[in-house]
Amino acid sequence: MNRRDYLLRKIFFSLVTLAVVVVLNFLLFRVLPGDPVRAVIGRNVRISADTQQALREQFGLDRPVFPDQFLTALGQWARGNLGVSWSLRKPVSEVLLAKLGNTLLLIGLGQILSIILGVALGLLAGWKRKTAVDVGALTFSLIAWAIPTFWLGIILLAAGSTWLGLPTGGIVSPSNVGKPLYTVLPDVTHHLILPTLTLTILYMGEYMLIMRSSIMEVLGEDYILTAKAKGMSHWQVLRKHALKNAMLPIVTLIAINLGFTVSGAIYVETVFSYDGLGKMFQTALVKQDYPLLQGAFLLLAVSVILANFLADILYTYLDPRVKAS
Amino acid sequence: MTSTEPLLSLRHLSTEFSTTDGTVARALEDVSFDVHPGQTVGLVGESGCGKTTTLLSIMRLLPVTARITSGQVLFNGKDLLALSETDMRRYRWKELSIVFQGAMNALNPVMTIGEQIREAIILHDLMDKTHANRRVNELLDMVGIAPSRRDQYPHEYSGGMRQRAMIAMALACQPCLLFADEPTTALDVMVQAQILELLQKIQRLLGLAVVLVTHDLGVVAEVCDTVVVMYGGKVAENGPVDEVYNAPQHPYTQRLLEAFPDLNRPAGSLAVIPGTPPRLNALPPGCRFAPRCHKAFERCRVEAPAETDLGGGHTAACHLLEKAEAHQ
Amino acid sequence: MNPRWLLLKRNLLDFWKTFRRNRMGLAGAFLVLTAILAAVFAPLLTPYTPTETMRDAEGRALTFAPPSVHAPLGTDDAGRDVWTQLVYGARISLTVGFLAGFIAMFIGSLFGITAGYFGGWVDNLLMRLTDVLLVIPDLPLILVLVATVRQLELKVSPLVILILVIGLLYWTSTARLIRSQVLTIKERQYVYRARAIGAGNWHIVRKHILPQIMPLIVANTVLILSTAILIESGLAFLGLGDPTQPSWGTMLNFAFDRNAVSNGAWWFYLPPGLAIIWATLGCVLLGNVLEEMLNPRLASHHLEGEQSIVTQP
Ligand SMILES: Nc1ncnc2c1ncn2[C@@H]1O[C@H](COP(=O)(O)OP(=O)(O)O)[C@@H](O)[C@H]1O
Ligand code: SF4
Ligand SMILES: [Mg+2]
Repeated sequence: MNRRDYLLRKIFFSLVTLAVVVVLNFLLFRVLPGDPVRAVIGRNVRISADTQQALREQFGLDRPVFPDQFLTALGQWARGNLGVSWSLRKPVSEVLLAKLGNTLLLIGLGQILSIILGVALGLLAGWKRKTAVDVGALTFSLIAWAIPTFWLGIILLAAGSTWLGLPTGGIVSPSNVGKPLYTVLPDVTHHLILPTLTLTILYMGEYMLIMRSSIMEVLGEDYILTAKAKGMSHWQVLRKHALKNAMLPIVTLIAINLGFTVSGAIYVETVFSYDGLGKMFQTALVKQDYPLLQGAFLLLAVSVILANFLADILYTYLDPRVKAS
Repeated sequence: MTSTEPLLSLRHLSTEFSTTDGTVARALEDVSFDVHPGQTVGLVGESGCGKTTTLLSIMRLLPVTARITSGQVLFNGKDLLALSETDMRRYRWKELSIVFQGAMNALNPVMTIGEQIREAIILHDLMDKTHANRRVNELLDMVGIAPSRRDQYPHEYSGGMRQRAMIAMALACQPCLLFADEPTTALDVMVQAQILELLQKIQRLLGLAVVLVTHDLGVVAEVCDTVVVMYGGKVAENGPVDEVYNAPQHPYTQRLLEAFPDLNRPAGSLAVIPGTPPRLNALPPGCRFAPRCHKAFERCRVEAPAETDLGGGHTAACHLLEKAEAHQ
Repeated sequence: MNPRWLLLKRNLLDFWKTFRRNRMGLAGAFLVLTAILAAVFAPLLTPYTPTETMRDAEGRALTFAPPSVHAPLGTDDAGRDVWTQLVYGARISLTVGFLAGFIAMFIGSLFGITAGYFGGWVDNLLMRLTDVLLVIPDLPLILVLVATVRQLELKVSPLVILILVIGLLYWTSTARLIRSQVLTIKERQYVYRARAIGAGNWHIVRKHILPQIMPLIVANTVLILSTAILIESGLAFLGLGDPTQPSWGTMLNFAFDRNAVSNGAWWFYLPPGLAIIWATLGCVLLGNVLEEMLNPRLASHHLEGEQSIVTQP
C-alpha cells in the first residue's frame, strides 16, 4: 500500500468518526425531553431575556428535526457556535477557549514526562528481561493501572500539602490571579507539581508496558540476530536496529491514548481544582449545564480525532513500509 | 585430501538448551569436522538435527538458554570459545559471516539496504564513509543488484533480491569463511538456482571457504567438496563428497542416498526414512539413530557408537564400522 | 464415571498444577475471593448498618472520629462507621462491576464471533465500529450519555444507568481478541470437515468454536471486570453513583466533597481507594495469569544475554 492510499484511507476513517461524533452529539441533544428552552427557564429563572432569545434561535424549535435542525446545528458548530452555557450565561465556545490553554499545559507536561520516563524504563525492562529492573517496572505499571486516577490525586494532594507544603489547588495563588503568566512562573510551577505528577504516574505505566512488549518483540526478530552477527555490541544493536522499530507502536499509542489522557485530565483537574476543561466538564455535569457538556464533548472528540490523524501522517514518515494493519 | 591446515576446526563440540519445561535438550553432541581454506562443506540432515545450532555455536550467537558444554572451535588454530565477548565481536563478520535462513526477516525493515551493508564496513573500521559507499556499490553490483537501488528498503525488494542483498552484506568485510544457512528455502525454484550459482561464483572469485547448510543432496553433490551428515545432534558421517556418495558407510547416509537415486536431479528430499528424529530432551540410550535404523542390533540400543576413521578424511559413527575396523 | 467429566477433571487438575506454581495468579485469586466474600457476608462483618450514626454518651454524632475499638476505621462526616460502609460498599462496587463486565463480555464475544466467523462486510463493519469507539474519548462520552439519560427522568436507579453505559461501551477489546482467535480456529481442519458434512453455522459455532474460545473469554472477562470496577469508581466519584447506595467510588465522592483531606480524616479517604485497588489488582493479576497460561509468550530474545560457555581448552 502506498502512502497516498494509506492517507486517503485514514482521512476517510477520520471523517466517518467525525460524522459519528457529530450525529451522536446532535441526537443526544435532541433526546432532551420537551422544549429545552422551557426546561431551562423553568429551572433557572434568572436567565436573561437575551439568553432566552438566543436559545430559542439556536434550537429553531419550530422547524423539523431533520434535515432543518440538523443542518442548522451543523452549520453553527462548523462556525464555532456551540450554543450558550446555561450556568455561566456565556457562549460555550468562549468558555471552552478560555480553559483550553490550561488543560493543554497540564496534559502536555504529563505526556512529555511520562513518554520520556515510560519509554526509557520500558526499554530497559524489556531488554533486561526478568531482572530486578524488569520486575520493578512491571510492578509499578501494574499498580499504576489498578489505582483510580482521582484517588491517586487525593493521596498526592494530602501528602504533598501536608509534608511538602505544596498548594492544594488552582493554578496560581490568589494573590497572583490576573497577573501575566510569565511574571508568576515559579508560583504556577509550584501549583503544577502535584497534578503533573499524578498524570505522569498514571500514563507512565501504560507507556512502559507497551514499550516493554514492543522492544521484546523486536529483539526476537531475525534482523536483530543479523545485527549481532555483524559484530555489534548489544548497546549498538539496541540503538541502531531495535529502537526505531520498537518506537513505531508508541506513536500510534500516543494518539490513541489521547482519549484516555482526557479522562485523566477530568479527574486530576477535579481533584486539584485546576481551572481547565476537565474541571469545567465536571462542574457542568454537576450543574446539569447541557450545552456546555456537549460543546466540551464535541471539542474534545474532534481534537482527539484530529490528533489521531496527525499521528497517522507522522507514522508515514517514520515507517517506510506504511502498511495499514 | 588437503595438505593445508584447516581454517576452521570443530573439536568435540557439545551444546544444550534448557527448555521451558525444565528439561535439557542436548542439541549437539561431540560434533567435529574441519573446513579448509577455499573449500565448500555441505552440512545436511533432517530439520531439527542441529545444523543451525552448529553455526550459531561457532559464531557464539546462541540464545541465553543455550550452553556450550564442551569442545573447541579452532579458527586458524585459535579457540573462539576461549575469547572474551568483546574479542569475539571482532571476528564476527570480519572473519566469519553468515547468511541466515529466510532472508525475509533477516533485514531491518526500517533501514535502507545500502545503509545496512555500509554499517558493517564502518563498524569494523575498514574504511571511511566515501570509500565505504563505493564499496557498497561494488558489492551490490557483484551480486547482481543495480547500485541505484541501494537506497530502497527491504520491502521494496523481491525475495531473491533480498537474499542477494544478504549475500552482499555478508561479503562486506571480506571474510574468509561464509556460512549459508539454507539460503534458498522459501524462494521459488528458478531463484534458488540463481542464488546457488551466485554463491558458487563468489566462492570461486574470492576463494572463500563456505559452509552450506541445505536439505538438498543434489546441491551438495554439485557444489560441495566435503559433506557432513548430521543426525539428532551428532555427526553420522563426514567425508569427501565423491567418496560418501559412492560408498556411504553409515546406515543413515545409505538410506538417504537410496531415497535419492539420481544425483543430478535436484529435487531430493530428506524426509523419506520411516520414523521421526529423536526428541533431544528425551534421547534414546545408545545410538541416536537406532529406533529407525534398519541394521540396528542389541549393542546399538545400549552403547553409543564412537567415530571411526575410515581413512582419507572419511569418518562415520556406527558400531558396524568399528567391527570392520577391528577385523582389519 | 462419565468420560467427559474425567477429561474435564484431568484438564482442570493439569491447569491447577501450573496455576498453583504461579504466585501472581494465586495472589490475584486471593484478592478477588476475599473481596467477594466481604461483599456477600457484609452483615456478619459489622455490628452496624451503613447509615447508622454513631453517637457519644451525650448523644452527639461522632463526626470524623479516628479509628477506635468501636469503629476500626473511624467515622465519616456524619458519624457513620467507615468499615461498615466499606463492606457494604463492596456489594455495590462489585455488583456494578460484575454486571457491567458481563454485559461487555457478552457483546464483545457476540460481535467477535460474528465478525471472525462470517468475515466479509460484517467483519469490516464491526471492526470499523470498534475503531471509532476506540478514538472517541471514553469518559466525556460516558458523562454526556449519563447526563442525558438522567435528564429523561426515568424511574431507574443511577446504578442501572452506570451498568448499562459501562457494559455497552467497553466491549471493543474483547471483540477484537475473540475475533482473532475465531479466525485461527476457523481455518482448522475439523471446521472445514464439519461444514463439508453440512453442519449449520450455529452448530459449528456451538460445538467447535465456543468450546475453544471459552477459556479465553473467561480470562478476558476477569480483565474486563477490573476495568468496569475502576470506571464505576471514577463515575461514582464524579457524583454519578447512587447516594443512597454508596459504592467505594461514592464514598470517595463524599469524602472529597466534605473535606476529609483538609480535616486530616485519612481513615475516610484511604480505605475505599485501597479497596478499589484490592479488587482491580486481583482481577488484573488473575486475568493476566489466566491469559498467559492459555497463550504463552516469547521464551527469550536475542539480546537477553549470551550462551554460557563452560568448556576448558
Ligand atoms: N532456542 C532454542 N531453545 C530450545 N531448543 C532449541 C532452540 N534452538 C534449537 N533447539 C533445539 O535444537 C535442535 C536443533 O535445532 P536447529 O539447530 O535449529 O536444527 P536445524 O537447523 O538442523 O533444523 C532442535 O531440535 C531443537 O530441539
Ligand atoms: S550404531 Fe547401530 S543403530 Fe546406529 S547406525 Fe550403526 S547400526 Fe544403526
Ligand atoms: Mg536450521
